[in-house]
Amino acid sequence: MATSPIVELLDVTKRFGDGPVVIDRLNLAVPPGEFVTLLGPSGCGKSTLLRLIAGLSPATAGTLRIEGRTPEAAGAGLGFVFQEATLLPWLTVAHNVELPLRLRGVPAAERAATRRQVLGLVGLGDRGGAYPRQLSGGQKMRVSIARALALAPKIMLLDEPFGALDEMTRERLNEELLAIRREQGWTAFFVTHSVAEAVFLSDRIVVLAPHPGRIHAVVSVDLPGPRTAATRLTPSYLDLVTRTSQVLRGVAPASGHA
Amino acid sequence: MPRKISTFLLPALCGALFLALWYGLHAWLSEDLRFLLPTPGAVLDALGENRDVLLHAAYNTTLGALLGFGAAIVISFLLSLALALSPLVRVSLYPYLMILQMTPVIVFAPILILWVGPGLKSVGVITFLICFFPLVVNTTQGLVSTDRNLVELFALWRTSRLQQLLRLRVPAALPYFFTGLRISATLAPIAALVGDYTAGSSAGDGGGLGFQALIYSSQAQYPALFATALVTCVLGFVFVAIVVSLSWLALHRWHDSYERSDR
Repeated sequence: MATSPIVELLDVTKRFGDGPVVIDRLNLAVPPGEFVTLLGPSGCGKSTLLRLIAGLSPATAGTLRIEGRTPEAAGAGLGFVFQEATLLPWLTVAHNVELPLRLRGVPAAERAATRRQVLGLVGLGDRGGAYPRQLSGGQKMRVSIARALALAPKIMLLDEPFGALDEMTRERLNEELLAIRREQGWTAFFVTHSVAEAVFLSDRIVVLAPHPGRIHAVVSVDLPGPRTAATRLTPSYLDLVTRTSQVLRGVAPASGHA
Repeated sequence: MPRKISTFLLPALCGALFLALWYGLHAWLSEDLRFLLPTPGAVLDALGENRDVLLHAAYNTTLGALLGFGAAIVISFLLSLALALSPLVRVSLYPYLMILQMTPVIVFAPILILWVGPGLKSVGVITFLICFFPLVVNTTQGLVSTDRNLVELFALWRTSRLQQLLRLRVPAALPYFFTGLRISATLAPIAALVGDYTAGSSAGDGGGLGFQALIYSSQAQYPALFATALVTCVLGFVFVAIVVSLSWLALHRWHDSYERSDR
């Protein structure tokens, strides 16, 4: 039997006030350690779903269980990476990474050890003294990921973190992200609208349809071995990209219905 | 011409031209009118002659300016916190703050003397009232303009309101606060001088620069009057220079209003 899910969504529905239903009775169970990507056109509620899991916004109906708790109770232990790096510009890289720990009252020595470790993981061990504006877009995003990792989360929520980066930087950060995950084993929810990125990263791709947001199809990604840059050249990867693109094309545009 | 030289040479040339025009105008006036425009030399002479009186007056004015400016900083900051933290307070008070800001404080100067007493106290209150509003408006604006993504991040970390205030909203508001501070710093010495103009005469210790200007004016000591203006100018320059330095210290490493040093 499969292990009990670390994240479980039962008939989750979200609606903002009297507006249209953004997410309609969505069911999803994710076992620990899985990398799940939410893929879909804009309006399918993928970012909203992430915010529900993070406890930033309450579900209108249905149940969410995160590690057996409500999102509100579990949220503080999650790692969240936003579309933008959202660093505090007046703090150095080191202080940005240590901030969540400092707010939690972690002693300085322990903070520094964690900071060194996570900045090392993202390859910025020597930039601790820099201010955010001295960094490139890719470096800022690395710091943002390091900051999320500093809390040693069991679940990482990533909302289109590489959307604003150039293709080459994005691919390298994808590889780095997977390498870190191999080491740490967290469960991931990753939002993107890039099929290639979704296939490269995921164990499972949940394709969402819009208006209202619901699951259109689920694509299991079975790629052998640890994924590296070379994976992108293998026939099985290219085949999955093609298949997923076709699935995504099957998602009816705005006026569609289930 | 290399840029370095021109940035010094051009203002120097302009200054020299200005002084020459001044002397020219003085010479051009008929002899019985020349007293209306004392030459720069005469002003400097007057400055030397009245050195002790002007220094003492400048000291009094500085004291009044500092008192009002300092009180304005502290009280405006506290009010800004209340306005930023409570939408209820903001909605209730903001219209009145706007109206108060439009009110020419100086109209109340004569009655202020009766309310709070003469001299330093009145001067301080008038300076406070004039410095207060640019600070409140800018600081409040800064406190409510925090990047929404950052607010969300703090919500995600389940931080307390106090943590969010001290670690996020206040530092994020610093550039706005310094904008207000710079405006108020230019106003403070002028406000103190204007306050002194009306309230200084009743002070026990001879009043400040405003009072001194009144005396020189009534005695037709025009070179000394110009010298008083010069001293006020220097005082304002010192106030602004201090605020600009503080602002640089607080912001230059991270804020976009300062050039990056590593580029």
